[in-house]
Amino acid sequence: MVTLTIDGRKVTVRKLSTVLDAARKLDIPIPTLCHHPKLSPSGACRLCIVEITNIARPVTACTILVSEGMKVKTTSPYLERLRKTTLELLLSDHPNDCMICERAGDCTLQELAYFYGIRENRFEGERRLYTKRDENPFIKREPEKCILCGRCVKICNEVQGVSAIDFGYRGFNTKICTPFEKDLDCEFCGQCVAVCPTGALTGTMWVQKGRQQDVRDVDTLCPYCGCGCSLTLHVRRNEVIRVSSSEDTINEGWLCAKGRFGYGFINSPDRLTKPLIRTAPKTSSLIAHYSSLFREASWDEALDYVVRRLKSIKDSYGPDSIAGLSSARCTNEENYLFQKFIRAVIGTHNVDHCARY
Amino acid sequence: MERFRANLLMCAGTSCVSCGTMNIRDALKEEIKNRGLEKEIKIVLTGCNGYCAQGPVMVVQPEGIFYQSLTVEEIPKLVEEHFLKGRPYQKLMFKEPEKKIAIPTMNEIPFFKHQVLRVLRNRGLIDPEALEEYIARDGYQAAAKALSQMTSGEIVKVVKDSGLRGRGGAGFPTGLKWELALRTKSDMRYVVCNGDEGDPGAFMDRSVMEADPHSVIEGMIICAKAIESRKGYIYVRSEYPLAVKRLQIAIDHCYEAGLLGKNILGTGVNFDLKIYQGAGAFVCGEETALMRSIEGKRGIPRARPPFPVHQGLWDQPTVLNNVETFANIPPIILNGADWFSSLGTDMSKGTKVFALTGRVKNTGLIEVPLGISLKKIIYDIGGGIESGRSFKAVQTGGPSGGCIPEKFLDLEVDYESLAQVGSIMGSGGMVVLDETDCMVNTAKFFLEFTQAESCGKCIPCRIGTKRLLEILNRVTSGNGKEGDVELLEELGQDIKATSLCGLGLTAPNPVLSTIRYFRNEYEAHIKDKKCPAAVCKELLIYSVLEEFCNGCGACKRACPADAITGKRKKIHKIDSELCVKCGTCFDVCKFNAIKKQ
Repeated sequence: MVTLTIDGRKVTVRKLSTVLDAARKLDIPIPTLCHHPKLSPSGACRLCIVEITNIARPVTACTILVSEGMKVKTTSPYLERLRKTTLELLLSDHPNDCMICERAGDCTLQELAYFYGIRENRFEGERRLYTKRDENPFIKREPEKCILCGRCVKICNEVQGVSAIDFGYRGFNTKICTPFEKDLDCEFCGQCVAVCPTGALTGTMWVQKGRQQDVRDVDTLCPYCGCGCSLTLHVRRNEVIRVSSSEDTINEGWLCAKGRFGYGFINSPDRLTKPLIRTAPKTSSLIAHYSSLFREASWDEALDYVVRRLKSIKDSYGPDSIAGLSSARCTNEENYLFQKFIRAVIGTHNVDHCARY
Repeated sequence: MERFRANLLMCAGTSCVSCGTMNIRDALKEEIKNRGLEKEIKIVLTGCNGYCAQGPVMVVQPEGIFYQSLTVEEIPKLVEEHFLKGRPYQKLMFKEPEKKIAIPTMNEIPFFKHQVLRVLRNRGLIDPEALEEYIARDGYQAAAKALSQMTSGEIVKVVKDSGLRGRGGAGFPTGLKWELALRTKSDMRYVVCNGDEGDPGAFMDRSVMEADPHSVIEGMIICAKAIESRKGYIYVRSEYPLAVKRLQIAIDHCYEAGLLGKNILGTGVNFDLKIYQGAGAFVCGEETALMRSIEGKRGIPRARPPFPVHQGLWDQPTVLNNVETFANIPPIILNGADWFSSLGTDMSKGTKVFALTGRVKNTGLIEVPLGISLKKIIYDIGGGIESGRSFKAVQTGGPSGGCIPEKFLDLEVDYESLAQVGSIMGSGGMVVLDETDCMVNTAKFFLEFTQAESCGKCIPCRIGTKRLLEILNRVTSGNGKEGDVELLEELGQDIKATSLCGLGLTAPNPVLSTIRYFRNEYEAHIKDKKCPAAVCKELLIYSVLEEFCNGCGACKRACPADAITGKRKKIHKIDSELCVKCGTCFDVCKFNAIKKQ
């Protein structure tokens, strides 16, 4: 353990902690844009600069490791001036169209601009402009809003192991792109969207569905597989408009493409809301529509029907004429009950699970 | 071994080759053959001689006669006079401009007289592709001594005591760097040589790699022993194909001779050396970016600490030194620390190679003791300002350096003194500027380079240098606003304070140093919309001097914008509304009747 002093307050942290970790432990605010606690440090945005005794230049708190007896100053008129200059530079190459930005109210850059009171900008100049290139249904890119913090690159590489994107070109023309700017080879997990601190990356499905107002957060579990990731559904007027996951969950906030973007079924008009019982075709000719093969029923009627049919099949042909196939979308408990039902009630070992295929 | 009466050491450095060395070599060969002298006279192609201004150049040994500005036409006469009649050919010798007296030998020529050759000890003397020639000049004696008679600690101590500091620019004490790497516990340590010399106009390292590749390799072998390393890399930019070729030949020869590989010279020391070619990014000269590049990743710098001596290439302790630093090592080991520190100032010992260019008469590569005054470099070695104009400033340290005005001409050049006046030693670029150079434009020129070469990782460098350049463009195009100078200063200082690596840290230097010493030029651009040196195109006004114009009409015919009017034999006029300020009229007028201001 190492003890250091930050803004006159003593704090003891583990040996390989950064100064930023130590400051966060004391709840001392240090502005950051490129830092993400689950990704390797970058030191690119230069906002977390602090003054450390015996080091001549300001250093980034996110990259410097703590040492015994270190004395850190996280704020001073000089540091705040430098941070403000950096922010002004960033905003001089940013569309500043928060009025219509999907991320308004949930954007780190906007938040910092607010706290530093940046209205006028001393550095108006050329801005990067790009032709739109979004041939995918999930991720919407607005590269003009990109501040090149590199979080999307890191999460794709370090967490997802996909490395679909990286930095391309250099200097002012640097941008995030695919290798050789070829087509995107991506799993659409949307992790990049989740870590983007600005509106440069959003979900295509989220556009103009609502921002902060009237949005209710509902915590739930993902229904897709047995992993059981925690989800937060963002609900507006009884409709799920976005899905996210917070960092303090079992899945550490990470999600896959299905969990993040696969919520369209919830309000789909095609979704089954009542049990259906198959009926005999009315004519022997070509079937006009599949719905003509089913009729709606109540749960009681449907369950009675299932019981009656299973019993009669078992009686006539024996229990081994029946098999059960379970789903990965069920919980462990449900799957346990299902196999118990097939073995104990039906009396056969013919039971299997879709994940085996 | 064959013996020759004379050796003709022809400079085959890039500058001389581009002036026609190869044609002259062929002509010489032909002539020597015709005269039946091929058994007596040998032609040797050497690395850069340094006196690039006079190229193509050649030195005749053993007399040491220096011939310059060679042409194919003069070769028959030269061979006849010197090698048949025994009379050195005065016409091709160096002459002092005022006295017109030929100076026959190289050592008496002012350009060479004031130089002290340690790093460039073999320049123009040996064939860089022959290991034997390097060995004949005491090559690999230092390595043999270090490997067989010295311990790691002893080598580190000698290098530390010598006071050698990194020649790549930052001037970190080399011995201390080696000691830190040696003390870091690890199974693997690396020696890396930085040959990614990217400063425009700088060719110190290229010259060493091309003219004396073994001196670098020997320095690296000694370093390998000192820090107990088994593997090394030389990172060379691929824009230096000749350096790559010669280094590779040198490395191959070393493997054949048992100077690299397993059990070097039977001492049990193993060291493998490989060349890694850079792909053309300036920022890869920054140590952390360079190592990432060798690892096969995008060459971008990372925050330090951890420093490379603790966590460098593949996270192992790494000593990364510049070409010139390694080339300094063998003589230090051979002659001792005291010998090395006998030259230099209190804080900066030894010699430094500079690429002297700009408005001086003698441009080229020079090696001088640290502590020498700028005046001595510019006037004694450089021969002063060309065409009698007056000196304005000297820009040192490449694009990241600063401009030093006349009042500091007596400054003793070392790391600290240059930093004090707002510049840096850098890798050793030295550009002399005179009254016809606009300082705002000069700052813009260097910033254009650093801005384009920014890696784009950190915000101050990526966007800050872009904004600096935009403001400078505004100033030089006559759109400067009140307060722009202050804005440049503020932004420049903030970029210096917050940038991630050395590139951003030093990029504002040209701007800040020119504001510091030539603020009036900035103000003239902004307030009076005038460029005092008449360089910035948009601010120029061309007009006809009536007393000189005789109405010849040359300017009128040449003007691409039809901005000049006037009848034949009558005084002409320039319409400033139509004028595109191309300067053609100024160039074509034979009567100096066009005024540019």
